[in-house]
Amino acid sequence: MLEIKNLSFAVEEDGVRKEILHDLNLTIEDGRFVVITGPNGSGKSTLARLIMGIEKPTSGQILFDGQDVTALDIPSRAKLGISFAFQQPVRFKGIRVKDLLRLAAGKNLSVSQACDYLSEVGLCARDYIDREINSSLSGGELKRIEIATLLARHTRLSVFDEPEAGIDLWSFQNLIRIFEKMRREIQDSSIVIISHQERILDIADEILVLTAGLITGHGRPDEILPALMQQSGGIQAGQGFCEKLQNDDAGTARPIRWKASPAVGVADVQ
Amino acid sequence: MVKLDAIQKRLIEEIADLHSIPSGAYNFRANSQLAGRNTTANIDIISKEDGSGIDIRIKPGTKNESVHIPVVLSESGIKETVYNDFFIGEDSDVVIVAGCGIDNCGGQDSEHDGIHRFHVGRGAKVRYVEKHYGSGDGEGKRILNPVTEVYMDEDSSMEMEMEQIKGVDSTDRQTIAELKAGAKLVVKERLMTHGSQNAVSGYQVNLNGAGSTADVVSRSVARDRSQQTFNARITGNAPCSGHTECDSIIMDEGRILAIPSLEANDVDAMLVHEAAIGKIAGDQLIKLMTLGLTEQQAEEQIINGFLR
Repeated sequence: MLEIKNLSFAVEEDGVRKEILHDLNLTIEDGRFVVITGPNGSGKSTLARLIMGIEKPTSGQILFDGQDVTALDIPSRAKLGISFAFQQPVRFKGIRVKDLLRLAAGKNLSVSQACDYLSEVGLCARDYIDREINSSLSGGELKRIEIATLLARHTRLSVFDEPEAGIDLWSFQNLIRIFEKMRREIQDSSIVIISHQERILDIADEILVLTAGLITGHGRPDEILPALMQQSGGIQAGQGFCEKLQNDDAGTARPIRWKASPAVGVADVQ
Repeated sequence: MVKLDAIQKRLIEEIADLHSIPSGAYNFRANSQLAGRNTTANIDIISKEDGSGIDIRIKPGTKNESVHIPVVLSESGIKETVYNDFFIGEDSDVVIVAGCGIDNCGGQDSEHDGIHRFHVGRGAKVRYVEKHYGSGDGEGKRILNPVTEVYMDEDSSMEMEMEQIKGVDSTDRQTIAELKAGAKLVVKERLMTHGSQNAVSGYQVNLNGAGSTADVVSRSVARDRSQQTFNARITGNAPCSGHTECDSIIMDEGRILAIPSLEANDVDAMLVHEAAIGKIAGDQLIKLMTLGLTEQQAEEQIINGFLR
């Protein structure tokens, strides 16, 4: 279980203090599949990075399974069972896919075990296992390898920062399948995904809407999604804060296209 | 019969990955003395009459055979220059493993300067692996100044892996290659310096024949206060293609000078050079730390991968 208590995060920019997250309170129970959505700049990625320990909060607490992890560094949190998939996966010269999977698993995986993780994310394993994680891999390939490293870790909490960013439509179809499978097999672990994709929002147990550093919506998809979509339908033209991009002809990727952040919170979507 | 003590055996393991006597031809040199030699029906090793080194003669058509010629120095104060000439017959396909390990626990400098000349026959294929390693906590320096000359006949190919990862205080390596038509040279250099070490690596590759190609790639890591100079020049004297790349990680107070250069004397010479120097990217460290590695472990993994 992840508990976030009174969490705030601020940065200094040109001598001006800018608050990214304001006094967030949130609990993610075990076995939950939670999608955090919201306009760009609303603090979603910052929240994800705070959970992993990549950023340190200005104030507040993060508790994981009852233990205060606020002061713990990244490897300590990783060892406790938190994992993180980067929005833009990192490239490494010389480190091969199988090396990264072994590091992720924390043990010497056999080639067939490593291949299993790659097959899970829709990569033809034999073609990839010895490839270097360098610029010869496409964005979609890197993204899937990034997800495979999380699968290899089997952690209690997996945080994915915009897994759909930078991947093509074909990869997106696979991505949805991977998350649907993870959703089915979640058991007592929990998954947090930062996403703008309706298809991912659809399969969530809970959707959290973050706007300008505040939680402005939190509930089941049937509670949250209609309001988001309705507002996007032009009913309140000029005032709605999101719109649904209909591109069914092109495939099934349906990103929510956020307009400017609303002046006031949308807590009432609950 | 090979006579080696424990330190020498350890050095051999480091430089040649040898845990036992290799099959095939070999010549072991320890503290300036011959410590063991084996020849085969196709590979002969002959000491030069003036005692300055050895000739390795590989018969034409020799396939899938190997030659090991490791050198170890475990006494402080040895300074030697050795000339080894390799005559690789036409259409042969062989692996040559060289390398030098110095263990210097004394106060005097130990130095081995190996001059290797390769005469690669028409259509022959050679894989050459050379590792340099130093150990010992004496104040005497461990110095290696190898010179490698490669003369490649038509349609021959040579792949060179040169590695110096640890313990050599000072090195100045120079590699010269002359390629005839259709010859192909691939060089993969891996270098790591630490402490106050100084390493210089220079290449002069002359692409003299039509269709000759060269790919010279160096990856290096400079740690602590060490210094490195990489100076690679490819000269195209015919329709040919050449590529040189120097990619370095700089750490601590290390210093790196990369000077890739190209010279084209033929309108159909296609030559490319690349050089990049930078520290380990923060997001690489963070990614590995999210897998549970400490910052130091992450750094080691990144360097190990980079120098693979």
